[in-house]
Amino acid sequence: MAASILHRAAGVAIYGGLLILAGWVFALEAGPAPFTAYVGALHTPLGLTVLFLITLALFFHLANGVRHLAWDIGAGFLPKTASATAWAAFLLAAAINMVFWFALVAAGKV
Amino acid sequence: MSDLSTPLRRARGLGSAKTGVGHFIGQRVSAVALLLLAPWALWSGAHLAGHDYDRVRMWLASPVNATLLVLAVLAGFYHGQLGLRVIIEDYIGKHTTRTLLLILNTFVAAAAAALTVICILGVSFGGGSV
Repeated sequence: MAASILHRAAGVAIYGGLLILAGWVFALEAGPAPFTAYVGALHTPLGLTVLFLITLALFFHLANGVRHLAWDIGAGFLPKTASATAWAAFLLAAAINMVFWFALVAAGKV
Repeated sequence: MSDLSTPLRRARGLGSAKTGVGHFIGQRVSAVALLLLAPWALWSGAHLAGHDYDRVRMWLASPVNATLLVLAVLAGFYHGQLGLRVIIEDYIGKHTTRTLLLILNTFVAAAAAALTVICILGVSFGGGSV
């Protein structure tokens, strides 16, 4: 049940991420100065925290979304299975997010 | 014979949301598209992080990158708009407020998607302020 409401919350967070992406492309179109300023804002501690949470939401929404698609074809409905896949989605999302950001930091991009 | 409607005709439009199958299918199809496009977008984002203005423009000049980004944006806003619609329908009880929010949802998604696509195309074709 928690996965269900988290799935919705994550979706809303990703929607915010899409708006941030829209701003990024808008700034790119506007010129070098606006673009550099926009990217600079994303690189502040607050900006990076927001991006970190959005990628976490995205990985979780992806993993949980696969659960939903599995249910759509009729698989994984037993309560025990559903609980197990819910935990798998949480843990997978958290792990992949950590790896993603670790790789970004290691590559010097952050 | 008082009612000439078929059973299907009588059943259509019932329920709180009135329609649902199109939404269901649209949500699933865009989800499958995003299963491919979202990881690509994340990968590209990671690649572009730390690049300066000129290198990002060069990346977007490639028609493949521009196309995939446009598709990701369209699928994303479509999927997100459908999802937000479910949230609004579920949690807003008052009919007038709900209707207004549903219309706003569609307008915001459409406007944001249009703006983003136009900017992507603009940069990709070499336009915008240089």
